[in-house]
Amino acid sequence: MRTVCFYFQVHQPFRLKPYRFFDIGEDHYYWNDYLNRNVIRKVAQKCYLPMNALLLELIQRYDGKFKVAFSLSGTFLDQLEAYAPDVLESFQRLVATGHVELLNETYSHSLAALKSKDEFFSLVKKHQDRIKELFNGYSPKVFRNTELIYSDQIGAMVAELGYEGILTEGAKHVLGWKSPNYVYASAHAPQLKVLLKNFRLSDDIAFRFGDHTWADYPLTSQKFVSWLNALPKEEPVVNLFMDYETFGEHQWAESGIFDFMRHLPEAIFTQSNFTFSTPSEVVAALSPVSSIHVPTPISWADEERDLTAWLGNDMQDEAFDRLYELEKKIRTIKDPDLLRDWEYLQTSDHFYYICTKFFSDGSVHEYFSPYDTPYDAFINYMNVLSDFILRVEAHAPAKRGKTKA
Amino acid sequence: MFGWEFPPHISGGLGTACYGLVQGMNFHKQEVIFVVPKLWGDEEPVADFVNASGVTIDYRERRFKKLWKNLTYLEVNSFLVPYLGPKEFKKFTDYAIHDRTDVDESIFSTNYQFSGKYGKNLMEEVSRYALVGAQIARDRTDFDIIHAHDWLAYPAGIAAKEISGKPLVVHVHATEYDRSGESVNFPVFEIERAGMHAADHVVAVSQLTKNTCVRKYGISPDKVTVLHNAVLDASIITSSYTKKVPEKIVTFLGRITYQKGPEYFVEAAKKVIDRDPNVRFVMAGSGDLLHKMVDRVAELRMGTKFHFTGFLKGDDVDHMYAISDVYVMPSVSEPFGIAPLEAVRHNTPVIISKQSGVAEVLNNAIKIDFWDVDAMADAIFGLLHYKSIAQMFTELGGDELKKLKWEHVAAKLVTVYEKTIAQRP
Repeated sequence: MRTVCFYFQVHQPFRLKPYRFFDIGEDHYYWNDYLNRNVIRKVAQKCYLPMNALLLELIQRYDGKFKVAFSLSGTFLDQLEAYAPDVLESFQRLVATGHVELLNETYSHSLAALKSKDEFFSLVKKHQDRIKELFNGYSPKVFRNTELIYSDQIGAMVAELGYEGILTEGAKHVLGWKSPNYVYASAHAPQLKVLLKNFRLSDDIAFRFGDHTWADYPLTSQKFVSWLNALPKEEPVVNLFMDYETFGEHQWAESGIFDFMRHLPEAIFTQSNFTFSTPSEVVAALSPVSSIHVPTPISWADEERDLTAWLGNDMQDEAFDRLYELEKKIRTIKDPDLLRDWEYLQTSDHFYYICTKFFSDGSVHEYFSPYDTPYDAFINYMNVLSDFILRVEAHAPAKRGKTKA
Repeated sequence: MFGWEFPPHISGGLGTACYGLVQGMNFHKQEVIFVVPKLWGDEEPVADFVNASGVTIDYRERRFKKLWKNLTYLEVNSFLVPYLGPKEFKKFTDYAIHDRTDVDESIFSTNYQFSGKYGKNLMEEVSRYALVGAQIARDRTDFDIIHAHDWLAYPAGIAAKEISGKPLVVHVHATEYDRSGESVNFPVFEIERAGMHAADHVVAVSQLTKNTCVRKYGISPDKVTVLHNAVLDASIITSSYTKKVPEKIVTFLGRITYQKGPEYFVEAAKKVIDRDPNVRFVMAGSGDLLHKMVDRVAELRMGTKFHFTGFLKGDDVDHMYAISDVYVMPSVSEPFGIAPLEAVRHNTPVIISKQSGVAEVLNNAIKIDFWDVDAMADAIFGLLHYKSIAQMFTELGGDELKKLKWEHVAAKLVTVYEKTIAQRP
């Protein structure tokens, strides 16, 4: 068996509105509805709607031999319900074909796996329920954590939840001489199979496709198939994991990205012996060649493939720690608004905006951030968090007497 | 008088002080011709305003050419041209020194539009403003003395003195040492020094500033008079704006720059929060040290208790004072510093650094050395917890404020004028 496994990450955060110091204690609505709606509508027109239509066409044309997998974050689904029911419907239609697999993740695309097992489980459970509710009782078998963040410990937790496989990055510093094009077993929980992203071939599509200075520009479906064919014959699976917004948003339609995808299945079927599979099919068909040890967490972000896009500078660490300090009190709270804000505030994007790694030369991070600088992002987040803390404390009074206003 | 800004178009305290002084002069029936680089049209008609942007330079006047040569020297000294190698730079400065001393197309033309801001053409505008000063001094004879406010207007004052032969008073609201510490911008320092030396008399806004003039600029102490600033309105402001958080609020309000000492406020905040978590600190304003302060606050892990508001304007400033329980001005070097007086008007107790001019006139305030963060933390804690001091300050502070009137300042200024004119040979 030689197969290509496409997996698309579909996520949008609930971005915060400009929240001023004067708002603390008074304004308890944090979300920038206007911006969030605009982003969803813009990306829907450029990516979600045309790409979903293309995928549906390909699935029908090849009678299910072409297949893909998605992970749809809960914050994304919530925003679809509010701003783009047409997009939600087109995803439901894709899943109904039976050739589109859905994965589970944390509901609010959170970093909880790094901090709290309880919170992690609770967010996964919520995502399971949400997928069931929106996709006709669908129950995913494979897991992918926020930003493909993975470690041996996370693998053990995911195995405990009963998943058969998990997706992560084929990070060089973890693999060493090994190839990402095999199935591996999680070190602490060998029953959990680990699928590794082939970052070279994935990024050829996701990042380099429209790059005129790239030596291999332009990328055609024939060229891509020739690269697949050039892989060692014994390597069974090529995992192409990428943001769904690659299609039409990161790579504009004018770059030819849609045409590339339209012709890729045909080229693969006629010029290679590769097939298409979903993650659960790969997990079922292949046995692990060895176990993989990941003592410190990896992710799919930046050259370092570590956590430094979200955590590590003082501002990120402080925001993260202050937020999760609240967890105990949150457990005693039933108020649905507070719980919703608690979950949305965990979304990894808020911490990504505070990243200072690329502050000076501006790049990917800046493109995705609604703030001018990481400092603005931090100030705004902390203002919101300060108000949120007041609300949590009002609901779950501390032991010491409450100070009066 | 030559100024650089006038209310309502101001970016700092200079314009406000000029306005107060002009009001005071009016009280004593003194007529003031006030020149600004740019008039917007909505200034209150308190003086005989002259719009420098509307003044036409008669470039046939021979004496102007001589002035211009000196001014070009100023400008050349402040050239900072990016992306030039040493050879190109030499060519460029040679051109500027030798070829531009005659008639420059843009600056030495008949008309010139000032921005009146503090932008990248600042030196060019300062030079042109000097020419305007010369032109006005030639055209008008209905004045007895020339008064220039801060370095931007000194060249204009010097030029006007040279053309008219009338005495010059320079008014030092701030010096380059206050703005930049020891890393002074040399061309600016040069202008300040030239202005103070060319002046017949120097007015400083505080004893602190007078000391700087004497020590750093080599001015004889006899030539410098201290005239403290005053407040336009000493009435107590009762705001209906209420705070929305249960904690007490301690505020820093000002530019987040070296001069204002924001880092000492941050360090003191940490000490207070460690002892009393029911306090919030607010740093209102913006400036080149903002990011450094944000970093430090995060490093000290007090981000949910220490807030940044960005630059505040209009009502927000009043609201900020109104909800503050303590106001702190930890300036490293503050020639005067009017902000604490605003806090007093809001019945907010204040802590000010001994390195500020305002400390010389405000008795009902806690005064600390800017660097003494322990003392600052103690003072904050004390004002928050021992109500009697805070109460005393608010009761007495208001009375003190009422004594700080611009008409008193103007009266002293008139005396300075009279003496200066009398001293002329």
